[in-house]
Amino acid sequence: MKDKDYSRLFAEFEGVEADLIPVLVRIQERDGYISEEAVRRVSRFLRLSENQIYGVASFYPKFRFTEPGKKSIKVCMGTACHVRGGLFLSEAVGWQLGVGIGQTTADKRFDFQRAGCLGCCTLAPVVMVNEDVHSRMSVIRLKEILEKDD
Amino acid sequence: MISFETRREKARRKWDQLEHSKAPVIYIGSATCGRSAGALKVLQAVKETLKEHKLNAKIVQVGCIGPCYMEPLMDIRLADSPRICYANVNPQRARKIIESYLLKGNPLPELAVGHFGENGHPVTEGIPRFFEIPMLQPQVRLVLRNCGMIDPEDIDHYLANDGYQGLLDVLSQKPEEVIEIVKEAGLRGRGGAGFPTYRKWEICRSVPGDQKYMICNVSEGDPGAFMNRALIEGDPHCVLEGLMIASYAIGASHGYVYINSDYHLAIQRLRQAAEQMREYGLLGENILGTGFDFELTIKEGAGAFVCGEETALIGSVEGRRGMPRSRPPFPAVEGLFGKPTIINNVETLGTLPNIIRNGAAWYRGYGVKGNYGTKTFSLVGSVRRGGLIEVPLGTKLRRIIYDIGGGSWKPFKGVQTGGPSGGCLSEESLDIPVEYESMQAAGSIMGSGGMIIMDEDTCVVDLALYFLNFTQKESCGKCSPCRVGTWHMVTILDRIARGESDADDLAKLQTLAETAARASLCGLGQTAPNPVLTTLRHFRAEYLSHVQDKYCRAAVCRELVEYDIDPEKCNGCQRCIEICPTEAISGAKSELHRIDQLRCIKCKACYEVCRYDPLASDAIVIRSRRRAS
Ligand SMILES: Cc1cc2nc3c(=O)[nH]c(=O)nc-3n(C[C@H](O)[C@H](O)[C@H](O)COP(=O)(O)O)c2cc1C
Ligand code: FES
Repeated sequence: MKDKDYSRLFAEFEGVEADLIPVLVRIQERDGYISEEAVRRVSRFLRLSENQIYGVASFYPKFRFTEPGKKSIKVCMGTACHVRGGLFLSEAVGWQLGVGIGQTTADKRFDFQRAGCLGCCTLAPVVMVNEDVHSRMSVIRLKEILEKDD
Repeated sequence: MISFETRREKARRKWDQLEHSKAPVIYIGSATCGRSAGALKVLQAVKETLKEHKLNAKIVQVGCIGPCYMEPLMDIRLADSPRICYANVNPQRARKIIESYLLKGNPLPELAVGHFGENGHPVTEGIPRFFEIPMLQPQVRLVLRNCGMIDPEDIDHYLANDGYQGLLDVLSQKPEEVIEIVKEAGLRGRGGAGFPTYRKWEICRSVPGDQKYMICNVSEGDPGAFMNRALIEGDPHCVLEGLMIASYAIGASHGYVYINSDYHLAIQRLRQAAEQMREYGLLGENILGTGFDFELTIKEGAGAFVCGEETALIGSVEGRRGMPRSRPPFPAVEGLFGKPTIINNVETLGTLPNIIRNGAAWYRGYGVKGNYGTKTFSLVGSVRRGGLIEVPLGTKLRRIIYDIGGGSWKPFKGVQTGGPSGGCLSEESLDIPVEYESMQAAGSIMGSGGMIIMDEDTCVVDLALYFLNFTQKESCGKCSPCRVGTWHMVTILDRIARGESDADDLAKLQTLAETAARASLCGLGQTAPNPVLTTLRHFRAEYLSHVQDKYCRAAVCRELVEYDIDPEKCNGCQRCIEICPTEAISGAKSELHRIDQLRCIKCKACYEVCRYDPLASDAIVIRSRRRAS
């Protein structure tokens, strides 16, 4: 990332401590994760120590510190999805891709996340692949999605 | 500058034109629930069909109207006819309906679920009124009145439907008078605890200080609830109008909306709404010439459950870890940036414009004494008709679950309300009315609106473990009763679910839960034991069968079930063998297959293939057997 990528992103903000979380949210939306470089830049912009930034960021389950894959697989772990078998889906992703929650496959094709309610409980269980929500999922359909090449 | 009156006149004309449009109008429900069911593909198909037949029609995207199980929803209104609603629309169906109705005048009553007009119009023959179908008939839509009806991205639609009238009304009154109306109406906080709204406001109002803050809480951390999101997606202006009314009442000139950053569509709608407000002179200095100044900040949170708690939320808005602090001082006295702050739930705020416009007495016409008005719920789980609903307080649970929800898929077991802070109620509690006090007396809570129906396929031990796992992870770690207590409860529940527990585990669990509830610092820890305490109270037999017989009736707890093949049914199709990740199943083509229990990891893949593959024959069963302990 270049200087101007950061200055453009920071331009939206005042540069006060209260901007920390929204700034991190924006960076994660752009890069998919919070890199060491991003922490350094934010530290200078908001005049907060890198430790403080890590302290805050690591408190929130949303933030990740490893590079994401090309496709993000988010399995809903909300209550409605849980009672309809969400846990099986999440395990299926695990053994199919060979990665744990929050990790990315070695070939960088997939990363694996869990989410709280995605707002479509009546269609449970659901899995989100990038921005697409797949509803009424089954272990089998999930396997098909993961094996599909594109 | 164009006056507000002129803008409103224009908005009304625009709405009127839409309502009496000569060209057909097609409404598509495209909130998050609709989108996940494929609403955007339907939208695409509608556009293509219109283009292909050179039809001129208006398309309006609306929010969630409630029956999410019917999504995607599409409504069509032709000139001088009522709006007709179609459910479970897919691209092919959308095309078929448009071709039939717009080209040939046949509305296909067999595909329609309801219409929004009066009965008696020729096109509505064979179609019921939408608000009279079983799921809608018992509901009263006050806060949701615009959801699914108007275009949430167009402030004119809101204005034409009495939008910002409530704000206009309060700006001509004294703040004390506004507080009095809200007191009179008996409004209680919809975020869960049901604290009288006026009382918080009064405290904040009476604290000296020229800078005060008003915060709208859209944290919605309950992992199984979406009411707040749906309201904002469907009618963002009603929440913002409420926020301004509340700000005026407490003397705040700066409002915050604290919203979960995963709520992309809701955030986008709020931002857009705020821009439109500014354009219409509803934000900034000297609003509508009344001398009231108001600024709005939309603040994205990073989705931690504890950030729904007021003091943690404030920490998060200030850019720190979302850790609660002990109270007093209450935020109403010392809150955001050290200034007096009031935090209200989305639905509480969304209700205010209605109350102001129609008066306190009108509001008290809904609900029962002490519990006035309506409450929204996300009715989900094993229920036939799930979705977003709104009912008057005092409605019996039975009416919600059976009349609105149509009952559970399999025999009913219980209902969970209030998410991780709430509890499970069984069949015996179904005749209690949904009121703050009665829900609490039954051991659960009203909560912010999550309502999950369980049938015999849900195991209560597993559900309690699910919630405790959640709160244990979400515990901020500041106080030990919560940090350590939740961890120990998880450990014991896990033992029970694995069939490794002994007789005193239930007593230990009970004591631990009671202690954590009493000794924790904030609401998270104080309520985290609820799922355990209520299931122990209402479903003790199910715990006992796990402990004594190592038996899970619902066949959910993994260590207590086995996968088996029914020899009568197995046709030897080998589909399960292909799918099994551990090569645990063997058998020749067309011969009985067997499962090697030592290799089986109980991943459910074979079970699903056996159910859904056309070649397979429903032979694989998951069952739990009683074992003597
Ligand atoms: C752990 C915890 C989580 C909470 N989550 C929410 C939430 O997601 N939304 C909400 O409105 N209130 C939540 N609350 C309640 C708020 O702290 C607060 O009472 C409420 O927003 C006040 O608004 P009301 O008076 O309008 O209900 C939560 C409380 C606790 C202890
Ligand atoms: S619980 Fe999964 S979408 Fe709501």
